[in-house]
Amino acid sequence: MNGLVYLKNVVTLELDAEKCTGCRMCLIVCPHEVFGIADRKAVILQRDLCMECGACEKNCPEGAISVRSGVGCAAGIINGILRGTEPSCDCGSSGTCC
Amino acid sequence: MVQGKMNVEIPVVSTGWTASDLWNTIKVRWSVRRMNYTVAPGLYAVGAPGTESHVFVTANFKLTFDLVRRELAGMNAWLLVLDTRGINVWCAAGKGTFSTDELILRIEKTGLSGRISHRKVIVPQLGAVGISAHEVKARCGYSVIYGPVRATDIPAYVASGLKASPEMRKVNFSMWDRMKLIPVELANGKHYLWLVPALFLILSGINRHGYSVDLAYKNGLRSVLVLYIAYLVGCGLTPALLPWVPFRRFALKGLLTGMITSLILMYFGLLGNNVTEIVSWFLMIGAVSSFTAMNFTGTSTFTSLSGVQKEMKTALPAQITMAGLGVILWIISKFIGS
Repeated sequence: MNGLVYLKNVVTLELDAEKCTGCRMCLIVCPHEVFGIADRKAVILQRDLCMECGACEKNCPEGAISVRSGVGCAAGIINGILRGTEPSCDCGSSGTCC
Repeated sequence: MVQGKMNVEIPVVSTGWTASDLWNTIKVRWSVRRMNYTVAPGLYAVGAPGTESHVFVTANFKLTFDLVRRELAGMNAWLLVLDTRGINVWCAAGKGTFSTDELILRIEKTGLSGRISHRKVIVPQLGAVGISAHEVKARCGYSVIYGPVRATDIPAYVASGLKASPEMRKVNFSMWDRMKLIPVELANGKHYLWLVPALFLILSGINRHGYSVDLAYKNGLRSVLVLYIAYLVGCGLTPALLPWVPFRRFALKGLLTGMITSLILMYFGLLGNNVTEIVSWFLMIGAVSSFTAMNFTGTSTFTSLSGVQKEMKTALPAQITMAGLGVILWIISKFIGS
């Protein structure tokens, strides 16, 4: 991904190979080609490319994937600290955000 | 945009853009009325769709809606617009408005099932952050098919029989992608963009003999220029050059570009001629550039929450310290300088 790689070894993505049925849904929804298939089961190929968006967890019919998903956004994290909530890019109706 | 009505209350949309669509897109890119640029949620027709036509799901941010309808040129299709409060698909999915519940609700409310014989909806891939395909299937019988990430790939995706190539499934972040987002970044500073420079302008008049309007004008304008340059470097230049600036942490990328900028400005004499002031500028420029570059994590397409939290833990205290120390030194320099 030509130099656009974020920090190493921080991602919370976990895959339970026992539960996986190899339906490939995680391969379809992942925007960064994190998953691959080996022996008819999903495997994590490029963990450090994961951005913790949570699409794979949400679309795994077997509940084999877990990830602490959220916004990888400094402004959102500051918002969360100021309001004492989870990191959120939800700036309500007043703010300009994504 | 709306060309007419079909039999029962279905607006038919054109696939072309008018001059005002283009002008509004440019304005929204510059953050002008970006938060209420919406279309009404509901079902729209493109061309003359029938019972076998594809159903494309999208968000009610008009920028998104326009990009999608433009790509449906020449097709007969249904366009199901979810209520995302004017937010794009990916962000809305993250916030939970582009969701399983909203999709099911919108399918019911629009009476979609009465207009089509199949039970398939094509959802943009990035919507998967908020939609659970198996849950939609279980709750209302519809199959969710994940289409390409980008609307521009829709024609090729349809032509290949709803097969997305690996390239269509990947999120990129090209130089042009980043450039398009910089105007919004620049506008993020909001009222600080004139408040802070105004403060520096006024404070520039301070000296050991009291206050000089002359000095405020002479050194103040220079300070304002330096501040704007630091801001432009942090949230304009650094994002544009993102892959080529060393370091993985955005805060470090911004710190580096800030330091290089400081050196260049020093060379041209823009940081003044006393050491205390020059040092104060290195600290302030570094803090501004580092902080604004760090904020680009939210705009980028590849940073994770865990990663950003990790880098902020050290970066934020460092930026606050640098900025605070910089301001103090800058004020002190007014009393020891010429």
